[in-house]
This record gives sequence, structure tokens and C-alpha cells, in this order.
Amino acid sequence: MSEEQTFLDALKAREATRDVAEPTWIAARRQAASARFEAVGFPTKRNEAWKYTDVRAIARGDFALATDAEFSRASAAALTLPIEALRLTFVDGIFSAPLSDLSELPKGVTIEPLTEALEANHEAVGAVLGRLAGVDFSPFAALNTAFAEEGAVIRLAPGTVVEKPIILQFLSRAHEQPVMSHPRVLIEAGARSEATVLEHHVGEAEAANFTNLVSEALLERGAILTYYKLQEAPLGDLHISSLHVDQGRDSRFTSFNLNLGGALVRNDIVTDLNAEGAETQYYGLFYAQGRQHVDNHTLVNHNAPRTFSEENYKGILDDRARGVFNGKVIVKRDSQKIEANQNNANLLLSDRAEIDTKPELEIYADDVKCSHGATTGQLDEKAIYALRTRGIDEQTARGLLTLAFAGEVMEAVKLDAVAERVELAVAGKLPERFNLSGLVETAVALGEE
Amino acid sequence: MLEVKDLHVSVEGNEILKGLSLTVTAGEVHAIMGPNGAGKSTLSAVIAGEDGYEVTSGSITFEGRDVLEMEIEERAQAGLLLGFQYPVEIPGVKNVYLLKAALNAQRVARGEGEIPAPEFMKLVKEKINFMKMDSSFLQRAVNEGFSGGEKKRNEILQMLVLQPKLAMLDEIDSGLDIDAMKVVAKGVNSLRDPKRGILIVTHYQRLLDHVEPDVVHVLVDGRIVKSGDKDLALELESRGYDWLVEESAA
Amino acid sequence: MATQEMEQLVRREYKQGFVTDIESDTVPPGLDENTIAFISQKKGEPEWMLEWRLDAYRQWLKMTSPSWAHLDYPPIDYQAISYYSAPKKPEDRPQSLDEVDPKLLETYEKLGIPLHERAALAGVAVDAVFDSVSVTTTFKEKLGEAGVIFCSISEAIRDYPELIKQYLGTVVPKGDNYFAALNSAVFTDGSFVFVPEGVTCPMELSTYFRINAANTGQFERTLIICEKQAQVSYLEGCTAPMRDENQLHAAVVELVALEDAYIKYSTVQNWYPGDEDGKGGIYNFVTKRGDCRGDRSRISWTQVETGSAITWKYPSCVLRGKDSVGEFYSVAVTNNRQQADTGTKMIHIGENTRSTIVSKGISAGRANQSYRGLVKIGPRARNARNYTQCDSLLIGDQCGAHTYPYQEIGNSSATVEHEATTSKIGEDQLFYCRSRGISEEDAVNMIVNGFCKDVFQELPMEFAVEAEALLNVTLEGAVG
Repeated sequence: MSEEQTFLDALKAREATRDVAEPTWIAARRQAASARFEAVGFPTKRNEAWKYTDVRAIARGDFALATDAEFSRASAAALTLPIEALRLTFVDGIFSAPLSDLSELPKGVTIEPLTEALEANHEAVGAVLGRLAGVDFSPFAALNTAFAEEGAVIRLAPGTVVEKPIILQFLSRAHEQPVMSHPRVLIEAGARSEATVLEHHVGEAEAANFTNLVSEALLERGAILTYYKLQEAPLGDLHISSLHVDQGRDSRFTSFNLNLGGALVRNDIVTDLNAEGAETQYYGLFYAQGRQHVDNHTLVNHNAPRTFSEENYKGILDDRARGVFNGKVIVKRDSQKIEANQNNANLLLSDRAEIDTKPELEIYADDVKCSHGATTGQLDEKAIYALRTRGIDEQTARGLLTLAFAGEVMEAVKLDAVAERVELAVAGKLPERFNLSGLVETAVALGEE
Repeated sequence: MLEVKDLHVSVEGNEILKGLSLTVTAGEVHAIMGPNGAGKSTLSAVIAGEDGYEVTSGSITFEGRDVLEMEIEERAQAGLLLGFQYPVEIPGVKNVYLLKAALNAQRVARGEGEIPAPEFMKLVKEKINFMKMDSSFLQRAVNEGFSGGEKKRNEILQMLVLQPKLAMLDEIDSGLDIDAMKVVAKGVNSLRDPKRGILIVTHYQRLLDHVEPDVVHVLVDGRIVKSGDKDLALELESRGYDWLVEESAA
Repeated sequence: MATQEMEQLVRREYKQGFVTDIESDTVPPGLDENTIAFISQKKGEPEWMLEWRLDAYRQWLKMTSPSWAHLDYPPIDYQAISYYSAPKKPEDRPQSLDEVDPKLLETYEKLGIPLHERAALAGVAVDAVFDSVSVTTTFKEKLGEAGVIFCSISEAIRDYPELIKQYLGTVVPKGDNYFAALNSAVFTDGSFVFVPEGVTCPMELSTYFRINAANTGQFERTLIICEKQAQVSYLEGCTAPMRDENQLHAAVVELVALEDAYIKYSTVQNWYPGDEDGKGGIYNFVTKRGDCRGDRSRISWTQVETGSAITWKYPSCVLRGKDSVGEFYSVAVTNNRQQADTGTKMIHIGENTRSTIVSKGISAGRANQSYRGLVKIGPRARNARNYTQCDSLLIGDQCGAHTYPYQEIGNSSATVEHEATTSKIGEDQLFYCRSRGISEEDAVNMIVNGFCKDVFQELPMEFAVEAEALLNVTLEGAVG
């Protein structure tokens, strides 16, 4: 049996158990998506977009679909970020009402689990869902479209400013047989609306599940959306996700893509800058150790003149971990007065770690200022010297500078709880030889006073 | 505590220090003055262990230990600390990290435990207030985007936290306006201690109006040509260096 | 294979198609094993060489043309190409450079550097490949005194079979890629250089390639070997006449540098680029690779690419020896409908290996140009360093400039830096020049030449002048 067949069978089995008929457009889409998936199959290294990432761990897996969303309140609390927020929680992809909190929902904001949004008005969802993330984007997007039942719909009426962050929390449980989930997120940000969304992946240490998330965000004129992804999935989890963003005039999108967990991680972020004045910023940080594999692919399409993009990704790799960065900027013909900058810097802490990086520019207009840089290398020897003159031994100096390396991305993070969590996690992951125990904790405590 | 004996130092084959000798004892403030190019900065750089300086002969000992045999950080851990003329910017490394890591390194080298967090926080806050600095400064990256005055203040703050046995200050007054100068001088004066030596390297008398030296040395062409008390500094201020340059040449 | 069997094989081809002109020195279009046997026989090659070619051909048959490059061209009909062409009668061959097609000379006259003069005055030894046959090699005697072998590859196969057997195909294996396999099967000529241990080649060596006949492909093969502590600087220049149909050029260049050897390989490529509407022009699919086999060896590629309708070319260095150095300096200019996908590969295998990549791309008209590069740091390449600077300049709003740098880094002590920028010519710079009375076209040339300075200064002096002139000719009419 082919690897794909296992998944197609799971899909059939799921459809057989469905007691209520779905709206026809959903059924039709599932069918088209599964046909697409069957036709293309799982990507292999021959596929340029998957050249460095081997997905056989997923393809050869045998994943069940979770049937409940049980999770003890106490253990969930321990994993939840200490942020006052509007929160939807999913356990192995299934919505958990008890672990969610939508009280004090401001006027003009709709936040619903996908299941409820479909029940309320499936046509309104269907009109937008899938517009940005077609089944031909990747085999995983097709697989998601074929399976997706759960997820979230966030709608901001024009002019709505949401102060509290909206958190989508994905909890992963440990099972005898690992499970898979295919959540789908849709964000519609009306004109001049403003919000922060945080997608948080975390779970039980022994979990080894497969998450295949697809998110779409539409930003109308002047909308401002800050999108955090804090991926602290259990170290056995397999994690594939794509985020598709469509930007209207003068809109601003900021992405923080922070990856610390997971055994196999692949993130795609695609932004289409469709009207003048639209601006997108990508920040990324990944830290991989052991045999973790983290692949970040980003794409910015400058489809209109006077659009701007900025990207800054940093990677730290230790042990036998492998990191991949592929950032692409495309400037379409006649998209003049473009500014696009892209940067990727990496540190390897071990000789068995590997980074494969490819910052790409494809430019079809001439009045542009585009640049990219990629560095992999060594810490600043001058800075090490300066620290040593203060009595700090060389290894500690290296530790401090490695922490600082990650810190350059984290400086832009506005959610303190996220910044602290990441900084502590990074400090905790650094090799023992760097000798930084307790340092970050003290700084955090000092900062909080 | 610090003994420099007949020190000869070359940079890229040019001899800069030509038999410099100097003794600093605990409890004293020494000032080394001299015209440009006399070798003042070379002396502090060699003591701190900067690359690119070749000691061709002579010795430097600190509390009986051979400084030239010590690693850069060992020197600082032993209590030999240099305040730089041009402190380097270290993007991303927060000041608070630098301070705590440096302090712990020193303590561990002395066989003491690491400083408990509350104690450290108390110490840092006290010193930062003393230097009239904003506490947000602790979360900023080391020297990044600092004005010249802020960088110098930061050097003194590190001294106050790290409490070296011998504090060396290389042209610490350069580029300071009078208010910043007073704050820096206040910091230096607070370092005065019967158990501590202070070595100030400076071109001008200015700082010495605020920090009274016990001994003044004049460095000309790689050698100390004259030593005296604070009046020597005043004499240099009024007469310049030329007479000493001529005297040493004769 | 015995001589007798060889003859049989050659005779067999008579039956199968080389009907008319076997006595003359051309073959009709088409490619099969007989064509290869014909070429081999024509060259008077030994049997092992024919076997080598046939093996390459059989590998090629199983391969497919690469499609990953950012290039758009119709499929090539390999049966429509003639694989061997030489002036018909021996007495028709140019006996010296003076007899080389005056149009070629005219092109260089236009550039201000007559070819024959350059050869004589600059003391350049020239091996001119005219279509498929090496026409003349000058300065052979002088080189011989120094122990340097400089001859056509056909001669080398006959006269130095041991060296050929030892080195040919060791840097670019027969089946390395589609075009290299094709070349290995059908190559007709090219240059061979051997610099023995301790010898610094007393003069610049140079080859001029020229595609002349219609419907012919050119498949030259170059092999340069520098033994321990040997040095050579080699330059190739290329031109072709204007023809409406596209012509294929698929060359292979192999460089071998042993301990402490230094090979500098410079290219000024000015194949016919096609006309304004993209009609005609050379399809240039070239595999160039240098192997820094010995410790402290160094290979430096410098290229100025202004010609060809399609360029597919990635001169590379395999840095095997400890402390070996690889360099790639490139200026590529595309105008009108030209397309270029070019760059380099730096494969770091040994410790302390260093590489530098400086690539300057200029795109004008409706041209598309891509930089594609790979920097690979292997697990044993302790302290390897790479620095890449890759800049693109756009002239006009209908062209494209693309950058695809791959970095694969598997060693924590490596330092790899890549910087790239893409921009148009600064309006302020143009204004400044013009306000000083300089015409817009001259100002563009000045600015473009300034943009390329880092690369031009790597070229041997006399060719730097030529390169600048070429650049200006290529960009004629790009502004305004």
C-alpha cells in the first residue's frame, strides 16, 4: 500500500462515520483536495521546495484522528502562556470549550471555532476559506483541505481595535497511537482594524503527533495584524504549517515565527502585497538540537508598487540538528518603488549540525531597492575579548553572545511573556559549557520589578 | 600591588615602550600623563592583554603574579580591570548580563559561590542610582547606541559593581562635558580605598581637578621621565610637556 | 578493440547514413554511435578514447535535459545539429591568425584590439579553435623550452595519452550532467595545457573559440593541469557570426591544481546573442570545474559574459586540498532577449579552505538574468570561509534580475557570508554625470563599469580593456 493510501483510507473512514451530511461545497472541496493529494503524493527531495526536508516520518506514519478534547485543567494551566487574552484552545486539533475563554469579547470582533462558524453561516465561511491557500500550494495544504473540520474563524469589523491578544492554543497529548490534526484558521481583518494573534503550540512531553495547519489572513485597507507563532511542540511532534496572507492598501502585517520544539517542523509563510503602501515584516527564530529538523520557507510577492518587506531570520543549531531557511522575494513587473530586505543569520554550535539556507530574489521591475544577506558563522571575536576583559571566561562569553544573537530578533517582540519564555528556553537549551545558569532568570526578575 | 619593570613593547616592529617602570601600591591613586604618542594607551592595553602588542622584555606583576602569563579574563578575575577609552558596542548583549556574568566569574575564581540574585539586584540598583543612570539602561545592549558620556559612565559603573583591586582608567575623561565629568569623577572617587590602587591614564589635567592623585608620572617617548605629587600635574598644565620632552632628550 | 574491428565499425557507418561526404570533412546533422565513431576516427583517436566517448553517449541517452534553471527556450533537436565540421580542404584552413575570418577580426578591431596584434604584442600564445578544429597554435616552441605543453586536445590525445588517461574526466565525470555527457561523447577539439612541477608558465595562454558554419554545434573540451608549484594564466575568448537560427555550444573545461599550484582562468564570452527580438544566437551550456587537489592550491575563475542567447554556466571549484583557495569573479550582461542563468559552486572539503565570490549582473532590455550559486561546507572543512557579494543592476523596467544562492553548511567552525543587492542605476548619479556634460549613454557606461570594477581588476590587463569595451557595445541602446 502506498504511503498516501494510508491517509486516503483514514479520510474515507472518517467520512463513513460522519452522521450529518456536510454542505455540498465542503464535500466537493474535500473530494478535489483528496484527488489532488492522491495525484501529487508526498513531496520528495526532488521537489525543489522540499530539497532539504525529508517528510517520510510523516508519510510512513500511521496516525489516528483524535476523538475527544480531554485535558486536565491543571496541566493545561501549566502550559498556557501567562497572558491576559482571548483564547481558543484545541486539544489534538479538537476544540475545547472548557479551556477556552472568550469572555469580554469586544464589540466588532467575532472569534469562533470553525465548527460553530460553519454551523452559523457556512456560506460566509466558504466564500473566503481556501481563497489564499489552494490545494495546489503543497500536498500538505491539499491534505489539510481534505481533512479539515476544526479550527478558528476570527473576524474584525472595520475600525475595530482589539487590545488583548487573541491566542489560539494547540495542545498535543501523548497517545499509544499518535494522532493527526488538520486545523484551519481564517482571519478577516476589516479596514483599519488592529489585532494581535498568537498561535501557540505546546503539549505533553511524550507526545508524537502530526499537526498539519493551514491559516489564511486577509487584511483590508489599513488593517494591522501582528501574528505570533510560538512553536514549543513536544520534541516528538511532526509539525507542518502554512500561513497565507493577503494585504490591501496601507495594511501592515508582522509575523514572529518562533520555533523551539518539534521533531520535524516545516513552516511556510506567504504574503501577497496587493496594493500600494502595504508592508510586511517577518521575524523568525529557530533553535534546534538533538535530531530536530526545522525548515522555514517564506515568500513575499510584491504585486503592487510602493510595497515594502523586511525579513530577519535567525537560527541556532546544535548536536545533529538541521535547519533550513528559504526566503524568497518576488517583485512583479511594474511593481516599482519597492523596498525589500531579507536577512538570515545562523550559528552552528556543533560540527554535526547543518544549515541549508537560500535567500532568493526574483525581480522584474527596475526601480527597486532589494537586498538580502545570509551569514553562517562565528561570534564577534572583539566582543568576546571585551567580555573577557571583564573577567568572563571565554565559554561564558560565547554563551552570552549566542543569547544576544537570538535576542536581536526577540527585541522586536512586544508580548513580554513570549519574549521571556523564549529567552529562558534558549538559555536553557544552550550547551552546558556556556555556563549561563540563573543569569536570564535574574534579568527577568529584575526587569519585572 | 602592580609592578612594571623595564617594560619594552613593540607594535608591528616599532618600539613604543622603551623600558617603562612603575609601581602602584594599594590605597594610592596614580596618574600617568604625557603627550600624544608617548605610549600611554599602549601601557594600559598591554596590562589588559590586548592583541597586537609584543612585549620584547621586562615584566608586569600583579600581587606577585606574572600578568603577561595570565589570560585576559584571569587578569580581570584577579582584580585588574581596565576602563576603555573607546568601549566597544556589543549588539544584543544586555548590560545586566554582562555585569552579572562578570561578577560571578570573579567570585567563582576566588572560590566564592555565585552571587544570589536578590543581592545582585540590590547591588546593581544601588550603583546605577549612584551613577545617576536610568535603570532601563540595564536592559539595553552593551554600549549600543550610547553617547560618548554614557559609554564612559558605563565603564565606571562596571568598576563599581566589580570592585577591582586595581582600576585602570584609560583617557576616561575624553569627550565628556562637565556634568558627565563630575559624575565620572564621583564614581572614581568612590573607588578610593586603602586596599585598592587606581591608575589614571590621561592627557589633560582636567580630571585630576576632581580626582586628586597621590602620584603623578610623566610618560615621554616610552619611558617615565619624571614622577612627583599632584603639583607636577599642575605644573604640566601650565608649562605643557615640551620642557620635559627636551629634558628627556638631553 | 583491435584496429580491424575499429575499421569495421567505421565502415559500418557508411552503410547507415554518412552517405555522401565521408571524404569531405563534414557530417550531415544527426547523432548516433556512428557519428561518434566517425568523429573519433576523423581525429585519429585510439580505441580507448572511442570507448570513453561511447560510454558517455550511452549515459547521455538515459539523461534528461535539466529544467531547474530560470531559462525559457524551446527543446533542442539534437538530431538537427551537425557534430563535426571543418573547412573542406586542408589548404582552405587558415594557416595563421591573419587568415581567420575577417569579420572576427573586425569585431575585435571595433573593440580596439586587433587579434593578431594582441597575440604578437602582448606575447600571448593563441590556440584558435575554428568551428571544431584547432587552427593554429602559436608560441609552441617558446613554451616547449619551459616544459609547458600547450596544444589542441586532439593532439594531446595522440601525443600524451598517459596524461589524458590520468586526468580527462576526473574533474567533470562523463555522466556529470546532461551537457557534460553530450560533450564527452562528441567533443571535437579544445585546448590542453600541462605545466610541470615548479614551472611558472612564461606567458599568458589563450584560446579563441569561433562557431562559423551553419547548423553546427561546438563541443570543445579543455583540460589544464598544473603540477606542484606550477602556475598558469589562461584566457578564452568566444565569438560567432550572426545567424538566424540558434546554435548549440556545450563545452567542458577541467582544471587540476596540485599542491601549491595556481590556475587563473579568464573568459571573455561574446557569442552572438541573437537580435533585438531574440532571433538567433548561441545556446551556451557549459560545464567548468576546477579541482584544487593539492594543499594550498588556488583556482581563480574570472568571466565577462556579454554574449549568447542562453547562458547556462557555473564555473566551480572543488576545494579538496587543505588551505586551498577558490575564486569566482563574474560580470554578466544581458540585453534585449538574452537569458542567463549563471553562477558558481564552491565545494569546501578540506580544512582551512577559502572561497570568494563576486558576481555583478547587469540586465537591460527584456533580458532575464539569474545568479545561482552553491556554497557547500563539508563536515571535515574546519575553519572554511566563504564570502559572497552578488549585485544586480537593472536598466529598464522590462528586464529581470534574480538571485538564488544555496548555502549548505555542515561545520560549526565555518564562516559563510552572503550579501546581495538589486537596484537600478542611481538617478542622482546619472544626473550628476550629465550635469557635468556627459551624455546619458556614457554616464551609464561609466556607472556600469564602476559597478563591475571589482571583477575587471581581476582580468589580465589587456583583456580588462576589451571587457569594458564589450560591455559598452552590449549595452548600446539600452537607455533612452
